Amino acid sequence: MNTNLFKYCLRLGDNSLILGHRLAEYCSYGPYLEEDISITNTSLDLIGQAEAILKYAALVENAERTADDLAYRRPEIEFYNVQLVEQPNGNFAHLIARQFFIDAFNFYLYSALKESTDNTIASIAAKSLKEVTYHLRRSSEWVIRLGDGTSESKIKMQEAINDFWLYTFEMFEMDEVDEELITKAITVDLKPIQDLWNKKVDEILVMATLTRPEDGYMATGSRKGYHSEHLGYILAEMQYLPRAYPTAKW
Amino acid sequence: MSNTIEELEKQFQEKIDNEIKIEPKDWMPDDYRKNLIRQMSQHAHSEVIGMQPEGNWITRAPSLRAKKILLAKIQDEAGHGLYLYSAAETLGVSRDQFIQWLHEGKAKYSSIFNYPTLNWADMGAIGWLVDGAAIVNQVSLQKTSYGPYARAMVRICKEESFHQRQGYEIMAKMMAGTKEQQQMAQDALNRFWWPSLMMFGPHDSDSSRSSLALKWKIKRETNDTLRKRFIDKTIPQAEFIGLKVPDPDAVLQPDGSYKTGSIDWDEFWNVVKGNGPCNKQRLDHHKRAHDHGRWVREACIAFSEKQDKRKAIAK
Amino acid sequence: MNNSDNQGPLWEVFTQKKPGMAFKHSGSIHAYDKNLAIEAARDLFTRRNEGTGLWVVKSENIIAVQPKDAESFFDPADDKIYRHPTFFEVPDGVKHM
Repeated sequence: MNTNLFKYCLRLGDNSLILGHRLAEYCSYGPYLEEDISITNTSLDLIGQAEAILKYAALVENAERTADDLAYRRPEIEFYNVQLVEQPNGNFAHLIARQFFIDAFNFYLYSALKESTDNTIASIAAKSLKEVTYHLRRSSEWVIRLGDGTSESKIKMQEAINDFWLYTFEMFEMDEVDEELITKAITVDLKPIQDLWNKKVDEILVMATLTRPEDGYMATGSRKGYHSEHLGYILAEMQYLPRAYPTAKW
Repeated sequence: MSNTIEELEKQFQEKIDNEIKIEPKDWMPDDYRKNLIRQMSQHAHSEVIGMQPEGNWITRAPSLRAKKILLAKIQDEAGHGLYLYSAAETLGVSRDQFIQWLHEGKAKYSSIFNYPTLNWADMGAIGWLVDGAAIVNQVSLQKTSYGPYARAMVRICKEESFHQRQGYEIMAKMMAGTKEQQQMAQDALNRFWWPSLMMFGPHDSDSSRSSLALKWKIKRETNDTLRKRFIDKTIPQAEFIGLKVPDPDAVLQPDGSYKTGSIDWDEFWNVVKGNGPCNKQRLDHHKRAHDHGRWVREACIAFSEKQDKRKAIAK
Repeated sequence: MNNSDNQGPLWEVFTQKKPGMAFKHSGSIHAYDKNLAIEAARDLFTRRNEGTGLWVVKSENIIAVQPKDAESFFDPADDKIYRHPTFFEVPDGVKHM
C-alpha cells in the first residue's frame, strides 16, 4: 500500500464527508425554503465526493475495508479533515464563511488535481470541480450579500469571517505525505494554491465591504489526526448505528 | 357582459362537470377559493413540517448510501412544499401569509408528523407507509379541478415514486437482518400503522367538508375509498417481508380486500387539536428557523435595493 | 408584503430538457434578485437532469390574456380550418405530401 496516497485520499474524503455532514445537519433550518434546498444540494455533492474518494482510499489501502468502513468505523485520530469543516453551523453567516473558505480552497485544489498523474484522483477532481465551481459561486455571492446587506448582516458576516480565520491556515499545511506525492505529480504544491486563495478571498471581501482579519493563532494538528472538540461529537452521532450493531447491514 | 352570481356559478359547475380545469384568473365561488387555500396550504405545510421527523435521523444514517438517499428525499419534501406554496399563491395569498397562519395555529398540517421517529426503521416506515398513504391521495389529486394544484401534483407524483420504494427497501433490509433490526422494523410498523390510516381523514360519514370538495372536484375520491385502497395494498407488502400490522382484527376477505379493526378517532382529534407528542416541538422548530432566518432575508432585500439604486445611478 | 421581511418577489422558471427543444414552464420560486433566482431555479428544478437550459423571469413581467378577453382572442381561429393540412383532399395514391 502507498500509505501517503491513502492518507491524502482520507484528507480529501474527510473534508467532504465532515462538511457534507455539517450541512446535512442544517436541513430544515434554512432562512427560507429555496435556500434550504440549495444547502442540501451542496451537502449531497460533498457526500458524493466523499464516497468516491473514500472508495479509492479503500482500494489503495487494500485491506478489505469499504468506503463505509472508513467513514463509520475509524476513530477521531485517524480522521484527517481540516478543523474548519468540523466547526458548528452557528448562524447562517458562520455556515457561509466556512463554506466560502473551503470552496475557494477546493476550487483551486481540484483545478490543479485534475492534471494529476493518478487517473482516479484526476477524474474525481474533474467531476468535483464542476460541483465546487457552483459552490464557490454561491458562497461568494452570499458573503457579498451579507457583507453589503444590512448593518446587522454586515456585523454578523464580519464576525463569522473573524471567528473562522484561524482555521484557514491548516488547508495549506504540507508534510511528508505531500512531499512524496508532489514528486510523483500525483498532487500539487499548496503554496501557489494559497496565493490564489488569498487573492480570491481579498477580492470577495472587498466586494462585500468586509475587512480581512489579521493572522493570529492559527489552528494546526489535523494532518496528524488532532482536531477540535467538535469532531468527536460528529463521529459519535454519525457512527452510532454501525458501532452499536457491528454485525448489522443497513 | 354582466352575469349574475347564479349564472357564474352555473357556468363554473359546468366547467367542473366537463373536466375543464379552473385557472387562477377564472371566476370561482368564494368557498371554492377558501376550500382550496385551506387544503393546498395544509398540504404545503405538511411537506415542510414533514422534513423534521426524517431530518431527525440524517446525522445518524448508517451508511453513505443511506445518508444520500435520506437527504435527497427530505430535499424533495422541501421542493414539494415549494411547488404547493407557489400553486396556492395563485389564489392571491402570499407565502409570508401562509407561514404566518401556520405559526398562529390557524393552518394545519398532517398529524402524522406530530409523532416522533425513535429508531432507524422509522425512516423505512415513513417512506413506505406515510409516503405510501400520501401517494394514494396525490395520485387521485392529479385530476383535481384547479389547474395549478393539478400541475403541482403531477410533478410531485413523478418525484415521489422513489420515496415509497426507498422506505420499503429499508424495511426489507432490516427484516432480512439481525434480530435487533427485525425488532426495530416491527416496532416502527406498530407505531406508524394507525397514524398512517388516520392520514386519510375522518370517515366519510363524519367528514363535513367532503361533499362540497367532491362536487367541485377538489377532491376526487372519498377518504374511506382512498384509505381502503391503501390498506389493501399495504398489508400484503407487510406480510411479504415478515411484518405484521398491529391490528388483531385485520382479516383477508374472499374478494382479496381486508376488513380491519376500528381507528381510535379520539387520538386523531387529540393530535389534530395540538395534543400530540411532537406538535409543539415541530412548530417551535419551524418558528425558530424562520426567526433565525429573518436577518438573512432582510439582508437580501437590502442588498437588492442597493443594487437597483446603483443601476439607476449608473444609467 | 412586509417591506423589511418577506420571501422576495415571485419568478417563473422555464427549463429546456434537451438542446433544440422548446423551453417549458416548470413552476415558480421566490428570490430576492436575479442571481439568487437562477440558482434557486437550478437547485429546485434541475435536480433530476431535467434541464440543459434554464430561464427565469419575474412573474410581474409576464403579460397574460385575461379570461374576459379569451373569447375575442382565441375563438376567431375556430373557423379557419383551412389552416390545417387535414382540411385538404389529396387524391388517393399521392405520396410524400
